Amino acid sequence: MKVSLFVTCLVDQLCPNVGVATVEVLRRAGCEVVFDERQTCCGQPAFNTGYRKEASKFAKRFIEIFESSDAEAIVSPSGSCTAMVKHFHELFPDEPEWRQRAEKIAAKTHEFGSFLVNVLKVEDVGAASNEKITWHDACHGLRDLGIRNEPRKLLKNVKGAEFAEMENADVCCGFGGTFSVKYPEISAGMLDNKIEMIEKSGADTVVACDASCLMQINGRLSRIESKVKTKHLAEVLAS
Amino acid sequence: MQQLTAETFDQNARAALRDPVLHGALRNLADNFVGRRKNAIASVDDWEGLREKARAIKEETLLHLDEYLLKFVESAENAGAKIHWARDGKEACQIVIDLVKQSDAKMVVKAKSMAGEEIHLNEALEKAGIEPVETDLGEWIIQLAGETPSHIVVPAIHKTKEQIADIFVEKVGIEKTDNVDVLTKTTRRILRERFAEAEVGISGVNFGVAETGTILILENEGNIRLTTSLTKTHIAIMGIEKVIPKFADLDVFLKLLPRSGTGQRLTAYQSLITGTKKNADDAGPEEVHIVLMDNGRSRMLSHPVTRQSLACIRCGACLNACPVYQQVGGHAYGSVYPGPIGAVITPQLIGISKAKQLPYASSLCGACKEVCPVKIDIPELLLHLRAEITDGTAGGSPDNPERKRRFAESLAFKMYGKAWSGQFSYGLGIKAARLMQKLIVRDGKIGKASGLIAKLLPPLGAWTAWRDAPAVAPRSFREMWKDGSIAEARTK
Repeated sequence: MKVSLFVTCLVDQLCPNVGVATVEVLRRAGCEVVFDERQTCCGQPAFNTGYRKEASKFAKRFIEIFESSDAEAIVSPSGSCTAMVKHFHELFPDEPEWRQRAEKIAAKTHEFGSFLVNVLKVEDVGAASNEKITWHDACHGLRDLGIRNEPRKLLKNVKGAEFAEMENADVCCGFGGTFSVKYPEISAGMLDNKIEMIEKSGADTVVACDASCLMQINGRLSRIESKVKTKHLAEVLAS
Repeated sequence: MQQLTAETFDQNARAALRDPVLHGALRNLADNFVGRRKNAIASVDDWEGLREKARAIKEETLLHLDEYLLKFVESAENAGAKIHWARDGKEACQIVIDLVKQSDAKMVVKAKSMAGEEIHLNEALEKAGIEPVETDLGEWIIQLAGETPSHIVVPAIHKTKEQIADIFVEKVGIEKTDNVDVLTKTTRRILRERFAEAEVGISGVNFGVAETGTILILENEGNIRLTTSLTKTHIAIMGIEKVIPKFADLDVFLKLLPRSGTGQRLTAYQSLITGTKKNADDAGPEEVHIVLMDNGRSRMLSHPVTRQSLACIRCGACLNACPVYQQVGGHAYGSVYPGPIGAVITPQLIGISKAKQLPYASSLCGACKEVCPVKIDIPELLLHLRAEITDGTAGGSPDNPERKRRFAESLAFKMYGKAWSGQFSYGLGIKAARLMQKLIVRDGKIGKASGLIAKLLPPLGAWTAWRDAPAVAPRSFREMWKDGSIAEARTK
């Protein structure tokens, strides 16, 4: 299957290896991966802060770029950015043509893990690791896209790895985009609860499918000099 | 006690976070209510189906609210109730005061009512020389302490047993005890006396049935039953959104509300009141007055997104599930309605310019939407209100520091909108960031920003006060893609 990669700006700039791992796993699963270098950001920061005019510019640009490809699917290593693409249509209440185009693009956009399991029907990508892994349910993947079992299936099939479910895996890590810097104290309080659960699980690696949550979680783990590492789902599956 | 306002949410929240006693209380709330709710909804076969039904009933009612209200009025009046219309809180308070004065009462017993809290009825009654006596245990504690509720369902949730014992020592004059039984029995003794002397009882309404004119009020302590049946006059304050079409619709809501709110299959008491008593020997008041209150609600009706705010049945499940509420508690919101639903209702009730922080007091995690028994899309509402705020339509005084911050933010988003929507400027931005970060990156990450840098880049300062920040990678994904280092050959 021909797949167009929507790498997301966070992965592009801050953790490009996640993008590389995503490409590797998709290829291993039999996909041909294309990447349109014109892509930048989905505009979620603007949308979530209330700047709809700016957000709709990003949306239109995104739609135009990804419409131009003949790929069957658009795949992204982020539940949150995928969810934003699914929100695009809300930005065009008075532009029915754009609304339609937004819905069309949204229908073929998938988060990486759910794409493997639900579209490609792959639950074992042949990965191996000796880590003890726990999974953090990123909010938008979980609640906007309904992704809960897919990543767990994939992770449980990683040879040699041990999966340890943490308590409150589905509770927010406190990132929330600009929320994390508008109300840093609240964000950090939520984060500390998450860290407590991660450490209690006994895992040495916490995995998620969103660079933003991982940045938040890793930022605190690093600050408190914890031994627990963060990894993106694609990185574990590429190992 | 000084009342907190929604305008200072950030300061209120910071103070709350520094309060270890509050934190303990909030942790208990999350542990107890979240678990109990989960167990309670497991006892229903088709929870999702019920939610759908409830939402559909609310949608139908709100779309034809005028018709259902008139039908409710007709039915209630036929049953002997008197209806009063109040445009706003002030009018509603005045109606209540006039009714109390007509019956020559100097005091009233009150059942817990969020509508009453919303219009600050106690304050208005006191000003008019009428003593309001709260009879719900939690509300009574709060009244003794001179505070406001911090939760829709459990108003004194922020208080520990120890603190409550101290209030009893100071206000009731009993010896200090940590025996809850003694505290509740003392409350019972005192409140029974007040019930015996009361001529007027004031309550809220959970549901008003258009078909029959019946109002339903749910509770666990029996104080509402007493308030509405021992007194000669019962005054019920009812938001206009509380009406539902048919008596049979109660079946749906009775399954949803107790389970969502307190994790009970059913509350201990359900008082169904249809007008006044019919025979002299019957229990119940001689006069029933229902105050139908708008107070900003009809404004919410006008837009399909904001309309869903009126579907709320005040169960409090979204508060319990909200990780922000769990951190800061109810008082920080500076509003009668705290938590996620408060963050969307308050700006609509008191005016968005007075509550601009509240729609941002959320990480948009969606836990509220997941638990809402009537499927209100609270994140959608929060985003809607945020857009209204950035539109500039929300106003605000020019000397408001918040407005200054908003200006800087809007400038930043305009710049981001320009720079990041072009391939070239985006690439340039990354290169610039890479160059500039050399000053602050150590071991591949950015630690706590110094005073000067935090001042120049407030978001970086805010981030790194608690967390290390990642550095921009030496080579971006697109650069690797371009130079062929992500070649086909690497895959097996």
